Amino acid sequence: MTDITASTGIRKYDWTSVDNIKRLRKRYRADWILQALGIAAVTTAVLLLGVLILSLVINGSSAFNTTKANLEFYLDAKEIDRNNPNNSNFRKLVNDAFAKYFPEVTSPNERRELARILSSEVRFTLRDYVVANPDKIGKTVAITVPLSDPFDQLYKGIIPARLNALSDPEKKRFDQRLRNRGLVTLIDGKSYAKVNLFIDPAKVKADAIPEGDFKAIVIEGINSLFQERTSSVYAIFDESSADVVKAHVVANPDSIGKMLEGFALPLSPFYDAYNRGETPKIPNPRIGGEKHIEWFERLQNSGLLVSTFSWELFLNADSRFPEQAGLAGALIGSFFALLVCFLVSFPVGIAAALYLEEFAPKNKFTDLIEVNINNLAAVPSVVFGLLGLAVFLGWFGLPRSAPLVGGLVLALMTLPTIIIATRAALKAVPPSIREAALGVGASKHQVIMHHVLPLAMPGILTGTIIGLAQALGETAPLLLIGMNAFITSASTSILEPATALPTQIYSWADSPERGFVARTSAAILVLLGFLVIMNSIAIYLRQRFEKKW
Amino acid sequence: MDSMTEVAEMSAVPAPKAVAELHEAKIRARNISVFYGEKQALFDVNIDIPNNSITALIGPSGCGKSTFLRCMNRMNDVIDGCRVTGSIKVDGDEIYDQGVDPVQLRARVGMVFQKPNPFPKSIFENIAYGPRIHGLASSKADLEEIVVTSLKKAGLFDEVKDRLHEPGTGLSGGQQQRLCIARAISVSPEVILMDEPCSALDPIATAKIEELMDELRQSYCIVIVTHSMQQAARVSQRTAFFHLGVLVEEGETSQIFTNPSDSRTQDYITGRFG
Repeated sequence: MTDITASTGIRKYDWTSVDNIKRLRKRYRADWILQALGIAAVTTAVLLLGVLILSLVINGSSAFNTTKANLEFYLDAKEIDRNNPNNSNFRKLVNDAFAKYFPEVTSPNERRELARILSSEVRFTLRDYVVANPDKIGKTVAITVPLSDPFDQLYKGIIPARLNALSDPEKKRFDQRLRNRGLVTLIDGKSYAKVNLFIDPAKVKADAIPEGDFKAIVIEGINSLFQERTSSVYAIFDESSADVVKAHVVANPDSIGKMLEGFALPLSPFYDAYNRGETPKIPNPRIGGEKHIEWFERLQNSGLLVSTFSWELFLNADSRFPEQAGLAGALIGSFFALLVCFLVSFPVGIAAALYLEEFAPKNKFTDLIEVNINNLAAVPSVVFGLLGLAVFLGWFGLPRSAPLVGGLVLALMTLPTIIIATRAALKAVPPSIREAALGVGASKHQVIMHHVLPLAMPGILTGTIIGLAQALGETAPLLLIGMNAFITSASTSILEPATALPTQIYSWADSPERGFVARTSAAILVLLGFLVIMNSIAIYLRQRFEKKW
Repeated sequence: MDSMTEVAEMSAVPAPKAVAELHEAKIRARNISVFYGEKQALFDVNIDIPNNSITALIGPSGCGKSTFLRCMNRMNDVIDGCRVTGSIKVDGDEIYDQGVDPVQLRARVGMVFQKPNPFPKSIFENIAYGPRIHGLASSKADLEEIVVTSLKKAGLFDEVKDRLHEPGTGLSGGQQQRLCIARAISVSPEVILMDEPCSALDPIATAKIEELMDELRQSYCIVIVTHSMQQAARVSQRTAFFHLGVLVEEGETSQIFTNPSDSRTQDYITGRFG
């Protein structure tokens, strides 16, 4: 491959040799593999992110709409206290108004059930309306009011009106234990199961009319067929089973003490229907009974229901009722907390970074501080939460759940990020600029304030915004200082209890009502939206103000 | 390190040469030694620099010529671990005295750097900055007057008069360097130090700067560090040759280039090392 020309001593390489071509091919292959791995990694990340966002959108999109009913309310002057509307019985006004659409509903119990279709907060909507429009008292007004969560979900098609009465395991058990063994028969269109019953003389007295615990006999017979001793097994058989056995024993007193082989016990209506090839249904318990379904369908058919954009999601504070729960309280709380966080961490962070980068002597002590700052950036946020709990709440006695404390804790977390970003930005200012300023006789302070800091500002702002975005999504420290308070009206100061976006998501994710599932996803989307906006601002600042030199 | 001690011994062997005392010296440096931490970069430099002339400092890379240049406006002060011993007098005033403010000194002794380094601001602001922080202008009109005069002195005014408020970083390399010279003279210095001012420029821009330096010589004391011996020969009246931290020889430029007294100078200017 090489031959050394003796005359010159210069090695000559044969670039076209087989070895060389092989090596070239290997090099190209390595390039290709590296590129392929990179593309695969990026594709995986994009796919996973896409799945996450897609599932959030699918789950959360329904929360951006609310189902409402256009109803007419008669604002009865007798019921409303003009001077003190808060004192009036708006619940009665709402129920009366709604009952007008269902004239056949008269009993107080039924009327109460009927009122479940509307959101419990409609009375407050009505109250606010009366307070805002006192001249409407005594008149009939049309107001669009939200439905309660189950009916909202029903209208959106998220939950069904009726559920299957029998679950798949129940059907399977019925098939395996009874039907497939030929124990089920149809007599006069009704289903029966053949069970061996021992008419135990210990349980049945052989009087003129035999008396006894026929239920126990039936249960014993069922137990011989099933290992399970659960109520769902006994529910396969009709409640009248014991009476049927009793009737048989009364008719045939000689059967006492004998085994009744293959006695036909009637099946319960659901299993009867299932056996006859039907799919038995029950009303969805979230909605109520058949009556609720009927009322809702009438409401729907009358065209009174509309689906509108859910301003409540953004304008309302938290609520126990999903249809009324909104993010306003969380948005304001997060805003206040981030404001405090920014006001504390930005000046302190820049001052610390300036000192460390420009003034501090290089010795063991400043090295220690530097190492510690870098370590602080890696401390789990829950530890900062504990610190805040112990120091801000414990020692200083600041109010619990307040955005002030939340902001201070988040500032502790954000400080290292800002300090590190600021130091990097200060370091990135070319020394030639410092020399130029020093060269015309600027003092150290002038060099920093007139030249270095302004040039580093885009980098500092980028780091700060990224730190704040991180703080916006932080949950653990806020939970520890109680910033997951249940607040039904948005706070107006940094000292009032509040909640924040991530903690709101946390508490909604914990709530059992079906409507909170969608609202949790919607809240996550809102949070992600804010994060995207903040990061876009950071990117914009970096590109807009980056100086070329 | 070894070579350094060797040099120290070498320089210690001959008795210190009597400094050619110049009657009208602007700058008198005596026994200047510079240490970067433990490492000594300059050994007992003694030199007189006359006013209204250009003095070139030449020598191979790492010989300490830039270090010496930066001693004259105390720019070495801002480097961590840098220590200067000895005495430098500008017009008889000791610049290493306790009472001397390096910031004010740097206004008296201006500096132009190797790479053009205008502030990322407008041309006007670049020049107005120095007068402004030193309070040299009494009014806005005065400040404008200073800016225009400085630009004219630096021979840049005609090229930029229509775009004084555009960024200085948008100029060409040669223009940027002349902008830096204008910035340096805006605070009316007595001395201008130039650290390889043409090393980043093309020959045409270099010629312009050299022309400009020759004009400026009438009013300032100029000290220039250069790698180019041709440049030193072209522009300077006096030349000092540094080698390994030692001032080997200094004198009239014509004498240094035609009849050097030290063999090392001879070797360097004939291109045997460097």
